[in-house]
Amino acid sequence: MADFFYNTNLGIFLLVTLESLLVIVLLLVALAFLMYADRKIWAAVQMRRGPNIVGVFGLLQSFADFIKYIVKEIVVPAGADKPVYFLAPMISLIFPLIVWAVIPFNDGWVVSNMNVGILYILAASSLVVYGVIMGGWASNSKYPFLGALRSAAQMISYEVSIGFIIIGVILSTGSLNLSDIVRAQDGNYGIFSWYWLPQLPMVVLFFVSALAETNRPPFDLPEAESELVAGYQVEYSSTPFLLFMIGELTEVVFMCALISVLFFGGWLSPIPGLPDGILWMIAKIAFFFFLFAMVKAITPRYRYDQLMRLGWKVFLPMSLGWVVFVAFAAQFGWFGGAYARWAVGG
Amino acid sequence: MTAIDWTRATKYFLLWDFLVGFKLGMKYFVRPKATLNYPHEKGYLSPRFRGEHALRRYPSGEERCIACKLCEAICPAQAITIDAEPREDGSRRTVRYDIDMTKCIYCGYCQEACPVDAIVEGPNFEFATETREELFYDKEKLLENGAIWEAEIARNLELDAPYR
Repeated sequence: MADFFYNTNLGIFLLVTLESLLVIVLLLVALAFLMYADRKIWAAVQMRRGPNIVGVFGLLQSFADFIKYIVKEIVVPAGADKPVYFLAPMISLIFPLIVWAVIPFNDGWVVSNMNVGILYILAASSLVVYGVIMGGWASNSKYPFLGALRSAAQMISYEVSIGFIIIGVILSTGSLNLSDIVRAQDGNYGIFSWYWLPQLPMVVLFFVSALAETNRPPFDLPEAESELVAGYQVEYSSTPFLLFMIGELTEVVFMCALISVLFFGGWLSPIPGLPDGILWMIAKIAFFFFLFAMVKAITPRYRYDQLMRLGWKVFLPMSLGWVVFVAFAAQFGWFGGAYARWAVGG
Repeated sequence: MTAIDWTRATKYFLLWDFLVGFKLGMKYFVRPKATLNYPHEKGYLSPRFRGEHALRRYPSGEERCIACKLCEAICPAQAITIDAEPREDGSRRTVRYDIDMTKCIYCGYCQEACPVDAIVEGPNFEFATETREELFYDKEKLLENGAIWEAEIARNLELDAPYR
């Protein structure tokens, strides 16, 4: 049986399909509750109750919204470029979903344990911006177009600094494999062995860049409700709009997972002695999602020039300088080799 | 070269404002909710609250309204229409008392104008309907409201009387 799944083409195909389905289904169900959690946290900070009617404590609210989106009419603008118009939401859902293939949930629990996991993530998540820009352009309307331009510029700006921050982690690991990056963080001191401590300034930068990358508040300019109504999503309704929403949220959760893996030791236990496992990974994702939700609740929106200034004049030089610093620290073993925990070779 | 404000620079790089905001956010996070759980919980209503209209009766069962038409005259939205005729016993009564609730602005002038406390605005505010026609109230509907809400209306009038 094991031989069939590991050594025959059909077996491998079936195995990977089942694994992918497992990840996607569990992820989408989790998203429904994370969406609910997001709204509840936002509400709680504003002393509101949030959704509390559908199901116990409103837990089924997301499913009710889902059904509502599905049964609504799809309105296509008269001047829209139909194929591109419908391709855009699919792109912005599919690319945030496929990057989950390389996220290790536990030691060995990964759909595709590829050596260039991080390159794959950078490549696939860069393509998300195509969904945004195609959606804005194909709607053939000015507000979506403006929203799409803003969004594209913003996502590209912050991808640069995210790339440099990740390079810092890669330099001190010596591997592009996400499982290796987690294993390199395994140490005798539990939480203090993880990369967040040596890479501390970059953790904050990564978090803020992730906010900007996923168009979350305080960087939600593309869909700034006060000026642009909903940015590139203006002309979308029903299921295509739902796909955009799910895609956006998937990306947010993916960023939470990526922070957990890169800086907070993935499945590793924070306290030495406690067993490692997938529960730690889930707890870490949930914690960072909570931070994302809190940021949404407590920050006012950035102005566009402030956003660009922060991206290009603060984050880019800082992360670039950090790459140089980490390169030297890793090569010469500064700080007791805190920056040189090579998983493979040396 | 301008002098660098080091305090401000340090705060900027330590994300000081963000941390303070987070602390404040968490403070409000655990506070009791300000929202009323509406259909199950309701807010306090003043005795002067001007809600749905009602026509009242005397304890004997006699209608209070004497068809003086002061309410019709004062109504700024002209939502009230009254027709009057003598009844068999010779007393002056309305045969028609209509309020168009879609026109009414709930100013309370009808209640103020009424010399016999017949037309009042009761404490009920939950009278939304599915059709527009249901909001064209006639005399029968208004008297029925009076019967339903009499206890609360009487209490509110009594509480508000010292201030009138």
